[in-house]
Amino acid sequence: MSPVFDNFGRFVDGFQTSLWICFLGMIGSMILGTIIAGCRVSPIPPLQAFGTAYVTIFRNSPLTVVLFMMAFGMPELGINISYFTFGIVGLILYTSAFVCEALRGGINAVDPGQAEAARAIGLPFAKSLREVVLPQAFRSSVPPVGSVIIAMFKNSAVVGAFGVGGDLYSEGNRLIGAGGFAALPIFLGVAVGYLIITLTAGVLLGVIERRVAILR
Amino acid sequence: MSAPNKVLYDAPGPKAIARTRVFSIVAVFLLAALLAYVLFRLADQDQLSYERWGAVIDPTNDRFPLVWQQLGEGLLNTVKAASVTIVLAVVIGTLLAVARLMLGKWGRIPLAGAMELFRGLPVVLAIFFASRVLTDMGVNIAPLPGEDGLWFVVLGLTAYNSVIIAEIIRSGVANLPRGQREAGMAIGLTSGQSMRLILLPQAFRQMLPALISQIVVAVKDTSLAAILGIYPELLLQARRISQFLDNPIQMLTVAALIYIIINYSLSRFAIWLERRLSGGTSKGDVEDAVEQQPVGAGA
Repeated sequence: MSPVFDNFGRFVDGFQTSLWICFLGMIGSMILGTIIAGCRVSPIPPLQAFGTAYVTIFRNSPLTVVLFMMAFGMPELGINISYFTFGIVGLILYTSAFVCEALRGGINAVDPGQAEAARAIGLPFAKSLREVVLPQAFRSSVPPVGSVIIAMFKNSAVVGAFGVGGDLYSEGNRLIGAGGFAALPIFLGVAVGYLIITLTAGVLLGVIERRVAILR
Repeated sequence: MSAPNKVLYDAPGPKAIARTRVFSIVAVFLLAALLAYVLFRLADQDQLSYERWGAVIDPTNDRFPLVWQQLGEGLLNTVKAASVTIVLAVVIGTLLAVARLMLGKWGRIPLAGAMELFRGLPVVLAIFFASRVLTDMGVNIAPLPGEDGLWFVVLGLTAYNSVIIAEIIRSGVANLPRGQREAGMAIGLTSGQSMRLILLPQAFRQMLPALISQIVVAVKDTSLAAILGIYPELLLQARRISQFLDNPIQMLTVAALIYIIINYSLSRFAIWLERRLSGGTSKGDVEDAVEQQPVGAGA
């Protein structure tokens, strides 16, 4: 394992960059995913159509196509930003479709009787949503949203493979390629780095799930 | 579009209907403006010209046959990689699931742990392992039929998908009523026989929709080969053509449409199958159940 320890600094740097990609991706896709979900469940037909189209397109294309489109398509339109930004924007666009569906699943899981009961006791629209429907929807969408986010953490490696540079995957790739180090130990080092991220996220998700599951 | 969600909204009265109409008109206007802006931008950058689209969409164009022959080859390679992967992954996944269900504690716990670790790794890392680390370690895959690139992709994807499919099948078996296995034992089958003859067939049947959704993920994941540049599947072919014709937006759009058509049909098929298998459940319930498609790597 000495190639790993000799280059430990590179691994730490790469790990931090990967973590940063994961963090930005998580925030971005939660926000955009919520907006798209809002469109899909709104009573306004054109917005519903927009939401459905968005989800159909991004859920059925590979992340790699989205990333290629970002990196090779956007410059054709005169939009030139760094690969790093392209990578994160692509990751967010792609993941949002899945976040949207997870949130929508949570809303659909609420028993219509709950909403009817809220209206029957005279709660106005905003209150019935805020006090009755959305809290329950939120609880049941925590596990699916969580697994979408963990999948996105793993997908951050695709962004890395794409040549963002400086993240865990790229560092490993460079050490094996140009660095000429033995592949196996470096690979194991990279794998451990990703496992630290995904397994920790899994444990945290478990804790959150237990927290919010109490009231159901 | 569908009627307003009845959990969120009461049946609309005349005022609400009028308001919805106003918002709809505003929304159509905004969406049209957005579309117009995108089209304008595309036209402004000369992206809608015949020069860039002709070779892809005009059958009379000189380059049209070659472009589609190349794309077809790529598509064929994608299908090849995805189907070999799924077949291998179902076989290995079933073995893993059975092992996990039938081994004693000392075999089961390490196996479950190893599977859990594997699930935490990015798929692209598995393909990277197959294409770079294995060769570096001196493993020779040349004796396998077909080109090396195919097997790099297949080995990487199979390793990951086997674990996922094992989990699907395991939960399928675990969700069967206890009485199924007990009945098997009662008529004198060994536990291996009751697994093979009674439990697995039912688990497969129930899990078929989930397995099909996993095919969608595998199809998407084959495109990771394009990033590593190891296997000429659909996306890599599209990329190569676009480098030659200098039309990345157009070629990538075509590639994306092909992926969307394949994957959308597969997921509709999974929904249809689920509805059929579950018998008379109402349409809404089933759609909601299947809408939760797994996030592959590509996802």
